[in-house]
Amino acid sequence: MPRTRLNSGQELRELRRKIVAGRDLNKPFITLCSGTACHATGSDAVAAAIQEELEKQGLTEQVGVRRTGCHGFCERGPILVIYPEEICYLGVTPEDVPEIVSETIKGKRIIERLLYAEPSTGERSVHEQDIPFYKHQTRLVFKGNLWIDPTKIEDYLALGGYKALAKVLEEKTPEEVLEEVKRANLRGRGGGGFPAGRKWETTRNAAGEPKYVIVNCDEGDPGAYMDRSIMEGNPHRVLEGLTIGAYAIGSHQGFVYVRQEYPIAIANLGVAIEQAKEYGFLGENILGSGFNFDVKVHRGAGAFVSGESSALMNAIEGKVGEPRPKYIHTSESGVWDKPSNLNNVETWANVPLIIAKGADWFNSIGTEGSKGTKIFSLVGTVNNTGLVEVPMGTTLREIIYKIGGGIRGGKRFKSVQTGGPSGGIIPEQFLDTPVDFDELTRLGSMMGSGGMIVIDEETCIVDLARYFVDFLCDESCGKCVPCREGLRRMREILEGVVAGRGKEGDIEMLEEIGEVMKKASLCALGTTAANPVLSTLRYFRDEYEAHIAEKRCPALVCKDLISYYIEPEKCVACLLCLKNCPEGAISGGKKKVHVIDQEKCIKCGICFDVCPPKVRAVKKISGVPVPPPVPEAEREIERRKVRSGGERRR
Amino acid sequence: MKTELETGLERVEEIIEGYKERGEEGFLIQLLLDIQSEFNWIPREAIARISERLRVPKSKIYRVASFYEAMSLTPAGRHTVQVCLGTACQVRGAPKILDRLEERLRIKEGETTLDRRFSLRRVNCLGCCAMGPVVVVDGNYHGKITPAMVAGILEKYA
Repeated sequence: MPRTRLNSGQELRELRRKIVAGRDLNKPFITLCSGTACHATGSDAVAAAIQEELEKQGLTEQVGVRRTGCHGFCERGPILVIYPEEICYLGVTPEDVPEIVSETIKGKRIIERLLYAEPSTGERSVHEQDIPFYKHQTRLVFKGNLWIDPTKIEDYLALGGYKALAKVLEEKTPEEVLEEVKRANLRGRGGGGFPAGRKWETTRNAAGEPKYVIVNCDEGDPGAYMDRSIMEGNPHRVLEGLTIGAYAIGSHQGFVYVRQEYPIAIANLGVAIEQAKEYGFLGENILGSGFNFDVKVHRGAGAFVSGESSALMNAIEGKVGEPRPKYIHTSESGVWDKPSNLNNVETWANVPLIIAKGADWFNSIGTEGSKGTKIFSLVGTVNNTGLVEVPMGTTLREIIYKIGGGIRGGKRFKSVQTGGPSGGIIPEQFLDTPVDFDELTRLGSMMGSGGMIVIDEETCIVDLARYFVDFLCDESCGKCVPCREGLRRMREILEGVVAGRGKEGDIEMLEEIGEVMKKASLCALGTTAANPVLSTLRYFRDEYEAHIAEKRCPALVCKDLISYYIEPEKCVACLLCLKNCPEGAISGGKKKVHVIDQEKCIKCGICFDVCPPKVRAVKKISGVPVPPPVPEAEREIERRKVRSGGERRR
Repeated sequence: MKTELETGLERVEEIIEGYKERGEEGFLIQLLLDIQSEFNWIPREAIARISERLRVPKSKIYRVASFYEAMSLTPAGRHTVQVCLGTACQVRGAPKILDRLEERLRIKEGETTLDRRFSLRRVNCLGCCAMGPVVVVDGNYHGKITPAMVAGILEKYA
């Protein structure tokens, strides 16, 4: 169907009816997740296999195939769903495809082994909606991702896409739109949680033309990828939100800033803009309303600080992405000193929902101070890694245990890190905290963009703080002294602590530097940069003290404070560690207890990883001296058999 | 017969023209990104040419090119190895992977091997946290890596 310009809301409604009528909902079709993670786990090969198999079986006409955006359950990708039955298969490989086509599509039989199985009970779920990971979520913003081919605007239109835009242009004045968004209490989902409606109003009322509206898809927060998934999987939703915002603010030019590490997002967004122009959702005289709006894409070049609003605007101007002092808000003087309103992807994606369903509906979801849903990127040492959308106010426990399936490998939960490098850490005793903007801040962390990194007992908190400070040190632009120098001194101290050179007074010095950075830095990167250190000190001070006073790493992570040791009574002389040691630091033989030469050992941990789980002779020790090696005479052993399956590598 | 430098500069010229034609402001970063992806680094000659054509001081171009992570002022190896050190990969053991790569290749991150076979780079997050730790070689993703797997992956790239 060639795309022609639509000149009114009426024409849009007719087009939608035509698209929907042309689709036979009883016709079998396959959707295949093709977000970055599934791409990486081989969804391209699966797609090719599907095409080939359908051709081979002569079914290309009868079966539709659609490559969608990210479904969120990245742990188990590639995800394949067969409609109309909505049978969901996980971890599909090209080898599974012929069976799927003959058995499920033709034979209408379910292949048990590809279904989700609950790890504890083994119970299988046929539909995506029955899988606990999805069952406990409320997917509003993310919903379209399961169903839409992001390179086909018609898929978005079939789900009622651009209806909110048509409603706004036909029925509402810009002031009414602004009022609705203000009344919805939509808070920015990218960091600070500032009310979007108020920001819009400032830009609208600011002096100066033209005004700009901007989508922040810089998402530099490591471990968070919800913005990428929305942009990849449902770009029109962001464009629709942005256009509605532009109408309310009185802007005719938008920018989308996407980091270049997200090539699929950039490609899909480009296609989406072209298709939106063909139908006239962008460009001159949108839907015959007389409103003009255009969008340009700007690729970010890899700098965490560029996600900060004023730095991002500098980058759009082609300059180095450094922040400006914020005594003049960017909403009043931003890109080329013109009033500029910036929100992140998820914030814009909420706008069409608010317009379509109303502020009252939006206010019915969430907590007193935080309305609507939030998408979290649940990652780290949790069983079900993926994107999780829940109403604000859902507890950490529900997110991590009910949806996330608990901690991997039966390990113990230690803490959860939220808000990225500017955020903080939340220990076990606060697991029942309802998650919203204000609660997280109260605990010394923050919402940030929604990164949620689960940490188990095998992560060293001090090393994690060092990691964040190291990251921020690299990413600090260096413009203001407190951030530039404060981070370096913090890094020096923390590197000393994890290397066993910590001394009394280090903790107090970290706190003092942190307080100064908080008060005196130029932009939000600097004022929040001490959070990872301050919040870990708040809850895990004892770990810092163990490193400094006892030269002991309680989590057995810090290389300079641990040693690897083979317990002679457990060693079965299987030669595995000996053969795998890259330094040749392990001596022993077929019937000889293995011993690590501590002088040669570089502590790479390979011996620990390859020692069969049933043997577990390699041990990490910290804070105590390594026991002396067994005397030569006692090293001879009757080679003990590893019980079946034990010798397999983990 | 044109030299490699001449053909290269012609390509630079084309890229510059492409942006000039569109008459947009502030395209320097986009231009440099295109040159980076074309040559896998930003050669000195390209910077001189951009400076001439856009009438922008070289110092300003160097400032931009040295600020951003995605731009490199030194030539890269035939294969680019990216190690994700995002937080999710970090807590799943990425530092050990980086250690192992540095040992194997005998270079530090950010460097290129003497035979120009590999460049090693760390990245802050690739957004496929479910597969962590992740190593990407020439755009091919290798997920759920253990230190023992590193040697095998490198061998695939001659």
